[in-house]
Amino acid sequence: MRTIQLLLQKEFLQIIRNKAMLPIIFVMPIMQTMILAFAANYEINNLRLHIVDRDRSTFSRQLTQQLDASERFVVVYYDNAAHLAAQHMQADQTDMTLEIPIGFEKDLVSLQNTQVYLGANAINSVKAGVGMNYAASIIADYNMNIRLRAMPIVPAAQAGQIEIVPTEWFNPSRSYKNFFVPGILAVLITVIGSMLASLNIVREREIGTIEQINVTPIRKYQFIIGKLIPFWIIGLFDLALGLGFAKLVFGLPTTGNMMALFGFAGLFLLAILGFGLFLSTFSETQQQAMFISWFFMLVFLLMGGVFTPIESMPQWAQVLTWFNPVSYMVQVLRLVLLKGSGFMDLWPFFLKMTGFVIALNAFAVLNYRKTT
Amino acid sequence: MKAIEVRALTKRFGDFTAVNAINFEVAQGEIFGFLGANGAGKTTAMKMLIGLSRPTSGEATVAGFDVYRQTEQIKRNIGYMSQKFSLYEDLTVWENIRFFGGIYGLSAAKIRKKAVALFERLSLHQEANALVGSLPLGWKQKLSFSLAILHDPKIVFLDEPTGGVDPITRRQFWDMIYEAADRGITVFVTTHYMDEAEYCNRVSIMVDGRIDALDTPKSLKNHFRVETMDDVFLRLARNSQFKEA
Repeated sequence: MRTIQLLLQKEFLQIIRNKAMLPIIFVMPIMQTMILAFAANYEINNLRLHIVDRDRSTFSRQLTQQLDASERFVVVYYDNAAHLAAQHMQADQTDMTLEIPIGFEKDLVSLQNTQVYLGANAINSVKAGVGMNYAASIIADYNMNIRLRAMPIVPAAQAGQIEIVPTEWFNPSRSYKNFFVPGILAVLITVIGSMLASLNIVREREIGTIEQINVTPIRKYQFIIGKLIPFWIIGLFDLALGLGFAKLVFGLPTTGNMMALFGFAGLFLLAILGFGLFLSTFSETQQQAMFISWFFMLVFLLMGGVFTPIESMPQWAQVLTWFNPVSYMVQVLRLVLLKGSGFMDLWPFFLKMTGFVIALNAFAVLNYRKTT
Repeated sequence: MKAIEVRALTKRFGDFTAVNAINFEVAQGEIFGFLGANGAGKTTAMKMLIGLSRPTSGEATVAGFDVYRQTEQIKRNIGYMSQKFSLYEDLTVWENIRFFGGIYGLSAAKIRKKAVALFERLSLHQEANALVGSLPLGWKQKLSFSLAILHDPKIVFLDEPTGGVDPITRRQFWDMIYEAADRGITVFVTTHYMDEAEYCNRVSIMVDGRIDALDTPKSLKNHFRVETMDDVFLRLARNSQFKEA
């Protein structure tokens, strides 16, 4: 016990004196929540729109105005030259093109179907998809208005409409920040648990102090515990720091049971620290450890539902995410913070994470024994 | 009881025999020089004795404990100073003392007392709260040695302790070794400096994994009919099949 106490004292002194570590611990949670939450955002405004109006009618102008009035779009070109539309798109002067055909107003009035052509630069598929949706909904709105105005007396036109009254559960304002911040907090403690911890273990090997430790009566398990506990504490501390910051600054809801959240985070950190220890057994230098953990971090984060919903992945990829502890941490953070889940709702997650803790640490210890 | 007893101790890495059935004994309180060219197998042999590496075959006891089964007891009874400086450079002198003293189970009061004596001995009062990384190399080496014997081990292993230090510091370093030996600590030291070999009670010279000579410096010089340990070493090392062109 005294040995572990001495090791912890030494570790914390070293962490405090490490010029790279301290800013990471205190500044990273705040910077990441702030920058990522503001910057990583699916809302897109001011898409540059080229409208090719070949109809030049009252209706086509009204539609143009309605699009231009929306903050989503800026009409940057308005003409009737279809060939220019392609050129502008090619030169990246526009994001989207709307072509209104000749006879647009006439067709609408005479109650026939009419078509408009909508094109988007889909190099950034997310942007194109979002833009298409915005445009479609504005056009549909406009369409509805015209029908109501033009045929107020035709009951069929009204009878056929279903109005949707949407309610967004658990994230009423559908705020992207509320979606992202929990994910970012998961990223944060994953970085601390896997990368910082494995770097710290490898550091002693690189400097050579491990040799001195190995000839002292310190047992291997004591050394490992002394290395991992500080990062367990720092991980939980940073989670609290990031959460507090996000609540103060963005009003991030903290609906659920915080005990459950921190209990799960503690468990998750045990699993991810085991993984960090596992990684450290493959490296002689901090540089190697950095490369290896960076590779795994990317996979964990991309396959963890932090930035893209797991539900939109292909089936095989969804299966892979079952083996990614980070994806459970992300889910639990969102469930507790946004949905208000407690212990009773989360017990399957606790069970699975316990499995990860046992498996990853067993791997790590077996491999550690073999290599040192 | 001998401090160290080694019988046919062997270490193989695949086909390569790094240490080939060596035999020797070290008496308590003796300063034993363990010499040999680079790659002769000194460090490998030493690592087996301090419990960092498991022998392939043969027998050895250190402070009466078996190197196969009792490595934990061995670790409690020895001190070790590696060839690579391995105190914590980002801790202060005092923090290093507190850490390493505590690891060996010394009480807080005893550590403080020892620290004061150590500062006195090395005139390090001013630097007690300085980071070890900021000390000059000579002081680091002396501090490193002082910490290796802080817990009064039965045997201290020194792996090329004076590499890269100036002659004055080396001289002071050897004074410290003599003081430790006077207190009854057995000293097992590897070195490349033949003048240092002269300071040892007995020396062994390793060539290609074998011990080719073992005696007092004086007898070795007589035996090979040469004037200095340098010549003794050259005579023996020249027979190495791995000698550099």
